[in-house]
Amino acid sequence: MKQFAALIQQLELTNKTNAKIEALVHYFSIATDKDKLWLIALFTGKRPKRPIKTSLMKEWCLEITQLPEWLFLESYSAVGDLGETLSLLLPPPENDSNQSLHEVMQDLKRLNNFSEEEKKSYLLNAWNSFETHQRFLLNKLIGGSFRVGVSKKLLVNALSKYSGIESNQLMHSIIGNWTVNDITFEELIQGNHINYDNSKPYPFCLAYALDKPAEELGEVDYWQIEYKWDGIRGQLIKRNNAVFIWSRGEELVTKQFPELVEAVQNLPDSFVLDGEILAMKDAAVLQFNDLQKRLNRKNVSKALMAEVPVNFRIYDVLEWNGEDLRQQPLAQRQSHIQSIIKPEYTSVISQSMSLIVKSWDEVKQLRNDARNQNSEGLMLKLKQSPYHTGRIKGDWWKWKVDPLSIDAVLIYAQKGSGRRSAYYTDYTFAVRDGDQLVTVAKAYSGLTNDEIKEVSKFVTKNATEKFGPVRTVKPELVFEIAFEGIALSNRHKSGVALRFPRIARWRKDKPVSEIDDIDSVKLLIAAKS
Amino acid sequence: MYCIPGKFYLDPWGKVDYAVISHAHADHARWGMKHYLCVDDSKAIIKHRIGKDISIESLPYGIEKSINGVKLSFHPAGHIIGSAQIRLEYKGHVTVFTGDYKTNPDNLTIPFQSIKCHTFITESTFGLPLYHWQDDSVIQQQMQNWVLNNQQQNKTSVFVGYSLGKSQRIMSLLDGCAPMFVHNSIYQLNQVIRNSGIKLPKADLWQAATNKNDIQNNIVIVPPALLGSHMIKRIPNAAIALCSGWMQVRGHRRWQAVDAGFVVSDHADWNGLISAVKATEAEQVYVTHGYQETFARYLNGIGIAASEVKTEYGTNEDTDTTETEIPKTA
Repeated sequence: MKQFAALIQQLELTNKTNAKIEALVHYFSIATDKDKLWLIALFTGKRPKRPIKTSLMKEWCLEITQLPEWLFLESYSAVGDLGETLSLLLPPPENDSNQSLHEVMQDLKRLNNFSEEEKKSYLLNAWNSFETHQRFLLNKLIGGSFRVGVSKKLLVNALSKYSGIESNQLMHSIIGNWTVNDITFEELIQGNHINYDNSKPYPFCLAYALDKPAEELGEVDYWQIEYKWDGIRGQLIKRNNAVFIWSRGEELVTKQFPELVEAVQNLPDSFVLDGEILAMKDAAVLQFNDLQKRLNRKNVSKALMAEVPVNFRIYDVLEWNGEDLRQQPLAQRQSHIQSIIKPEYTSVISQSMSLIVKSWDEVKQLRNDARNQNSEGLMLKLKQSPYHTGRIKGDWWKWKVDPLSIDAVLIYAQKGSGRRSAYYTDYTFAVRDGDQLVTVAKAYSGLTNDEIKEVSKFVTKNATEKFGPVRTVKPELVFEIAFEGIALSNRHKSGVALRFPRIARWRKDKPVSEIDDIDSVKLLIAAKS
Repeated sequence: MYCIPGKFYLDPWGKVDYAVISHAHADHARWGMKHYLCVDDSKAIIKHRIGKDISIESLPYGIEKSINGVKLSFHPAGHIIGSAQIRLEYKGHVTVFTGDYKTNPDNLTIPFQSIKCHTFITESTFGLPLYHWQDDSVIQQQMQNWVLNNQQQNKTSVFVGYSLGKSQRIMSLLDGCAPMFVHNSIYQLNQVIRNSGIKLPKADLWQAATNKNDIQNNIVIVPPALLGSHMIKRIPNAAIALCSGWMQVRGHRRWQAVDAGFVVSDHADWNGLISAVKATEAEQVYVTHGYQETFARYLNGIGIAASEVKTEYGTNEDTDTTETEIPKTA
């Protein structure tokens, strides 16, 4: 745990990618193979079942510290993380354990079969054996994942630097099916387990936002122009008659979309498609808002499937009959799409059509009209482009429509969690509704650290009410809120839901009397359809 | 805070005729009072920060002065050099106003002294049970190891702490570890402190003209205002550490992208606050700046009558407002 704790501390304190990679490489060079496997497992979301309920951990902590519960909650709200709160409230440890990460994880796995009393005696002993930071990590390992700003990509880059193995292969390896107990570190990085793994996705090819006039991209003929759809980017995989759907976040979401699986079962083997999962009804794309109803559900009812049908819009073909096509030009890869689209399934699987244009001016017109298609803009892809790994500049560009924006006033603030727990970083904004204010959006991003400090100071001084961690603030600070889309919603008090709201800028020049009112906000819905 | 029979104010924010000052931090010792009263060790610092021409008198620790029938004396608060608790006695009723205080001893300040009283007015900057300070020897080890580790990687160790109090504390914790350099605002204060007869470790002036080779691999101490500035970027291979009680919480450590955070505080931790309150045997406790609501509620819960008082004293020990507000006297 000591090596692990030192690594986490280094990863947490720096925001420099190279320093993080260095820290990881150092860990890989000193840790045991089992520890390395656990590190990779934890950083890729492969964590074992939670062996102890957090409510019990809290109860035992109160028992040891003899603190009243309200004070525990006050402390929790100042820290923003339960595992850390526990580790700071407990008295200093009397013992000093040298257990490795692997040993701790084995213990935690065993705990699942233990009685509550046995679990308690284990945890009390462990709390008394690790110093504060290790104790915090122990709590996180028990309670769930923890974010340390290490993406899979960064982990893979560090592994690649350490082992000399190509990062794409490592990416396949670590997101494939494996567990710490059935593989060695060497087997994992060599990828011994992934050949017979039907589910493996390819790393997504990502695009940068267009950062120059479109004309500078050269002849429009060299480019394939498509709508950029606002759904869940995914890979649809069929190999050996097994179907898998991966989301861009490299999560298996197969079970959430039974109608897709059913349709794909009836298609010939084998392929890997890149596309977008969209909510679609009567051939029209619905808003992301609607699609959200379908996400992260354990059971998808027939009624819900009828209310929000989904469609997989194919962008690209990555693998065909077992052959990796990614180095072929885009146009050639897409020639296979026609043999996948079957008339009886078009309501479930369709192609994202390329738009026919003769000039960049026509492209611009299409972009201006994109919101009417419930699309968030255009994708510009070089017809000759291969399917890159990750984000490479030049071959693919996304050209989103300009965001919509409103001026709103800050009315509630809450401290963030994790690294943001020191300041009020989570805000709720309102617009006018007659002589009242009505909340329209929550936003967590868009301000600089200095601005956040300034807003925090204002919140501390001007808080009028307190609901748990939320402060009601005197309505005075005006912000421009940018967002990608807007829809009517009966779940929201204001009657509208904004998509991707964020703070565009702090309008220090505007008094609260000049914020938008809800009727003018609703006009934005009318304006786009 | 106003003493009615004595007709004087404690650490006032508005401009008043007679101000009794607990210590020289800018949220306690402010500009514009007609007359100041403080403890001897604070006098030169207050004059340095507020102005040479102010009307100011001082008393040694523990010596009583009677003002309009109120017996007033200063007692060590252990917060920074020249910090004092203010004891007031009127018709047999004793009130103690702490200003800011720290109960853990360090090598620099006269240790906090507990005074029995009827009414105790305490700060509560770290009034949550999350905050527990380790002994200075442990922190010293951590900080010195970090410097040694930096030296092995050819890095210069930069410590960030406000110029009055924290900087001298850092200097004392790092004494003998490597040559030390300090920013001008700290350097000036060090001179004033030394002139008033207090010993500080050696620290040279660091300024734009300082040769890079001189500071490479050594220690530089700067005030928080310099974080992210051009000046700090001139330091070769800098590894930056924040020193503050807030560093105990991960979110605070990670907030600013620095290389290390050390839990060095000039305030009392949770146990320090509670032991200080209990030792006074006060009948009534007033809790000011910090987690006043929480701490007062807790005290009531353990049978000590307490209520909160709202003040405008800063609770963020990272920002000593002097740096931005009154630099002209430096």
